Amino acid sequence: MELFQNLALGFGIALTLTTLSLAIIGCILGTIIGALPGLGPSNGVAILIPLAFTLELDATQALVLMTSVYYGAMYGGRISSILLNIPGDEPAMMTTLDGYPMAKKGRAGDALVLSGVSSFVGAFLATIGLMLLAPILARVAFYFGPAEYFALYLLAFCTLGGIGAENQAKSAIAVCLGLGISMIGVDNSTGMTRFTGGNLHLYDGVDFLVAIVGLFAVTEIFVFIESRGKDSAIGVKLGKISIPIKDILATKWTMLRATIVGFTAGVLPGAGASLGSFLAYMSEKSLAKEKKTFGTGDIRGVAAPEAGNNAAAGGALVPMLTLGVPGSGTTAVLLALLMTLNITPGPLLFNERPEVVWGLIATLLIANFVLLILNVPLVKVFTKILQVPASFLLPGVAMVSFVGIYSLSGSYFDLLLMIGFGVLGFTLRKLKIPAVPVILGILLGGHMEVSLRRAMVLSNGDWTYLFNSYISVGLWIAAFIGFVAPIFLRSYLKKPTPTGK
Amino acid sequence: MSDRIFGSILTILALTFFVSATQLESPFFADPLGPKNFPFIVSGAALICSITMIIKPDKDPLWPDVKTLIKLFTALVVLILYAFSLKTFGFLLPTALASAALSYLIQPSIFKSSATGLILSLSLFTIFKFGLGLSLFPFPKFLLG
Repeated sequence: MELFQNLALGFGIALTLTTLSLAIIGCILGTIIGALPGLGPSNGVAILIPLAFTLELDATQALVLMTSVYYGAMYGGRISSILLNIPGDEPAMMTTLDGYPMAKKGRAGDALVLSGVSSFVGAFLATIGLMLLAPILARVAFYFGPAEYFALYLLAFCTLGGIGAENQAKSAIAVCLGLGISMIGVDNSTGMTRFTGGNLHLYDGVDFLVAIVGLFAVTEIFVFIESRGKDSAIGVKLGKISIPIKDILATKWTMLRATIVGFTAGVLPGAGASLGSFLAYMSEKSLAKEKKTFGTGDIRGVAAPEAGNNAAAGGALVPMLTLGVPGSGTTAVLLALLMTLNITPGPLLFNERPEVVWGLIATLLIANFVLLILNVPLVKVFTKILQVPASFLLPGVAMVSFVGIYSLSGSYFDLLLMIGFGVLGFTLRKLKIPAVPVILGILLGGHMEVSLRRAMVLSNGDWTYLFNSYISVGLWIAAFIGFVAPIFLRSYLKKPTPTGK
Repeated sequence: MSDRIFGSILTILALTFFVSATQLESPFFADPLGPKNFPFIVSGAALICSITMIIKPDKDPLWPDVKTLIKLFTALVVLILYAFSLKTFGFLLPTALASAALSYLIQPSIFKSSATGLILSLSLFTIFKFGLGLSLFPFPKFLLG
């Protein structure tokens, strides 16, 4: 019954004109961002956050806008995967495997509709999953003390590089970089400054939005200049759009299975949407009797990764909202948004600010229908966006990032810092060091240190306190396994490369 | 080799971090852990990882050739100049120049890049100033008096 009361509260907020129009704007913007190659959910949301502040939205509205962009980008990512064989964003990588071959066979329209519908199935069911699972997890999180939180952050860091990373040392060094940056500035418990090198600009610490926009958006500019827009390939012609009912019905179980796999991958810390679509595709392939058709335009190969990555996107919101630990790059960006709005995610959020959580969930339920309309009947409009040349798009991204950060602080120092993070991001990308752990380190470093120090205050400096409850011991073990297991699993989980590349 | 170089840089960085943490003076009334110990733990972990990178480096990535490196460096300079000029020269001129320059670096066509600069500068100004209500100055302050 509580659930219905909460939902009623949520829909009360979602169905106001402002919230609804923000959601629709977010969905449209998101689909565009997703469709554009080189702009994905994480960097798209990152460059929009500073601008969202200038609109002076309240917490719920800002979160609704940005999460709609996030969902929209997850839907839109498939468009260029299918038409150009270039993933619109990383999670849409797996969709190129069968989506592009299907389009080359002259069934581009069918592939777009089928993947749009499976995106809807994945995202909608995942939102329901979020609705059911989040309150339960929030209740568990109520028993978390500082020792448990410390172990939880450790778990997030250990698993983040996780299965996706190729080298555990590199993921760990990325975390350390982030944690180190997070310590710059005034230490809240003693009031002394640390690691500022005497620079006044650094007394407040490094603003995580500056770091995020630098690492995501500015890095992308350098990467693009390096590749000189080679990717502007000539795509497949799109014929008339009809609804391939036979294909949709034939893949209904595929979609459901992929949703479950994707959602689970999303909820687990450090996995995220890319892994969700990867696991969904691989499990569907291993279940199929005839495997040879995969990679040549199999409808299951189109439906599975899209349902999987959209479900994972919804799933990744669960740990972000209930524990304050994001499971992916984009949810890390959303966490940054919440923290800037002075909202601390976690169990208290569900009790003290139910309107934020339930307003968001209700809006997402509605947003999925908006996205279904945008991505099935109106998909042709969005395919036009692919014709925007990179030489126009990338400068635009750069300017928007600059103005966004400039409007936040009005200081050229932050802009320079942002450029610095862009250079760092480029170097990291070259050396195959993941950037998301750096961001997560910057975001959570402060919390992690505070938890550790509180735990030490409570125990009067006794380190065994960190292993004092079953929950924390479990988290420590999970963290250890999460860090070590990928070393052994790696040979099994080799990512297949997209065809034609 | 790249991994070894970056690993060495990080080793030095971790050591610097460690040393500068030892310089922090714990106040008399500090909590049991104090402001130093967490930095110690992190720099220790960083040290282990960066030494691992030196001992067990991955294959070298494909670094861009000299021509591309010059391009990337030009882009960096353009961005830095843009950051400095926003305040003094107003929005329109620096934005048009910077986006035209970036556009030229991606696709070297004078016509296309100048069009990009012009369109981006004018349209973004309209959106930011009138759509979002940011306080941007279109022209240099000294011209506006």
